[in-house]
Amino acid sequence: MPVSQAEGVKLWQRRTGRESLFHWVLWLSGVAIFAYCWQQISESTTWFFVWDAPRIASDIWTRATPPKWEYITQLGEPIWDTLNIATLGTIIALIMAVPVAFLAARNTTPSAYFIRPIALLIIVSTRSINSLIWALLLIAIIGPGVFAGVIAIAIRSIGFCAKLLYEAIEEIDETQVEAITATGASRWQVMAYGIVPQILPAFAGIAVFRWDINIRESTVLGLVGAGGIGLQLSASLNVLAWPQVSLILIVILFAVVISEWVSAKVRGAII
Amino acid sequence: MSASTTELETLIGKPWKKPPFIKRPWLRWLLALGFVAYLIAAFLTIEVNWSRVYEGLTRGKAFVLAFTSPDFTTRSSDIYDGMLESIIMTVAASVVGIGISIPIALGAARNVAPLPIYLVCRGIIAVSRALQEIIVAILLVAIFGFGPLAGFLTLSFATIGFLSKLLAEDIESMDRVQAEAIKASGAKWLQWINYGVQPQVMPRLIGLSMYRLDINFRESAILGLVGAGGIGATLNTAFDRYEYDTAAAILILIIVIVMALEYLSGIIRARVQ
Repeated sequence: MPVSQAEGVKLWQRRTGRESLFHWVLWLSGVAIFAYCWQQISESTTWFFVWDAPRIASDIWTRATPPKWEYITQLGEPIWDTLNIATLGTIIALIMAVPVAFLAARNTTPSAYFIRPIALLIIVSTRSINSLIWALLLIAIIGPGVFAGVIAIAIRSIGFCAKLLYEAIEEIDETQVEAITATGASRWQVMAYGIVPQILPAFAGIAVFRWDINIRESTVLGLVGAGGIGLQLSASLNVLAWPQVSLILIVILFAVVISEWVSAKVRGAII
Repeated sequence: MSASTTELETLIGKPWKKPPFIKRPWLRWLLALGFVAYLIAAFLTIEVNWSRVYEGLTRGKAFVLAFTSPDFTTRSSDIYDGMLESIIMTVAASVVGIGISIPIALGAARNVAPLPIYLVCRGIIAVSRALQEIIVAILLVAIFGFGPLAGFLTLSFATIGFLSKLLAEDIESMDRVQAEAIKASGAKWLQWINYGVQPQVMPRLIGLSMYRLDINFRESAILGLVGAGGIGATLNTAFDRYEYDTAAAILILIIVIVMALEYLSGIIRARVQ
């Protein structure tokens, strides 16, 4: 125990000398890195605009209120598109994520040295690139529109769903699988009666969870031209129609809250 | 045929059937029907320009091939500057975001904070979580002008919602006994937090911080699309000019950095827990 002696009285200390030195060096280097980063940011900032910011913010606020409520009649179709992008994207992603998950899980992969790394690479690469970037790429390839948005959401969700699903597969109870195997079941029967029933609740939970996230992401996909309500948002921003912007933001907020509520209810019912 | 099966059933009992996932039959059928109806409606309203998609396939192939020969050199200075700016934004925003979220997390934990503070802090968390990064970035760019400052503020703001919520949940589920023992020794409030609460939540805080650093880097890659600094602007230009080899190089760099961060956070989390 780290104890120091002062005037013959033993005093408890939290750390030994070496530990506190180590902590001190860690903090010092952290602060130095942060100071460097801050200096770089501050160098590429026009500070005049920043000092002016409160005035600009209040200016935008007065322009944006009250929201242009009658514009909501034109938002029905974009909202439907947004819902479609999220839902169809999630369904396509789940269809593709299931085989990837089975190939990536240690206990079901056919080859741990060859196929598993490929499956893991698919998971990492689709997960680390944001859906907006996928949308940007798909728009360059297949043209703007809802379809590009659906595919972008689908690709982005594969990694997420497959990762959570393969973790669920790795945690299954092996005794149940063994019991099915002992009855003389084939490989596919073992899959259907031994593994699938165990991961079905996890699968449903992942599907709803990802759908909730996808609603969130699909609201902004339109900013790069991939359909949905974001298209209206970027059009309104481009013509500086702030009352429309504020209405769209309210609608997006509402959609996000509702989808979160639905997903929480469904997951609560499953688990 | 049916007579013989019922005879068999009386002898050996009903054959086993796989139990359905949803037990109530009417709910099962309602969900299935609604789902099919929705799918039909969705497919009818989506317009796909198949000839355009078909034309794009050659470009898609060119892009996939670009991954085999990514071009790091032609725009190396742009890529370097963009990446550095992304990393700088990520680090600075993570530090500030985590620094702000710790007091908010304490305020949002019901067993530490009184009710009024609890409600205010939960409100801040809800607002931060409901707004997506890119929308916040658009507004902040409009207010603060182009550049990494807007990106930095966006990421800090988003970090608060994520980290405070998860940290507050961890504080709420901590072991009361240890915290009470510190209190019983006559500790002041700050000492109580420092010696009773902090050691219990520290591993989780470090793990979450590393995870958030990872998310912040991924998000910083798109903030450039709306002018908030980082690699996104370079990437957008590369796509607009159909320079797929440069775009592939940037995407590979992002993937590699994310993988490195994930590996690093795995090691750190394994050490602290």
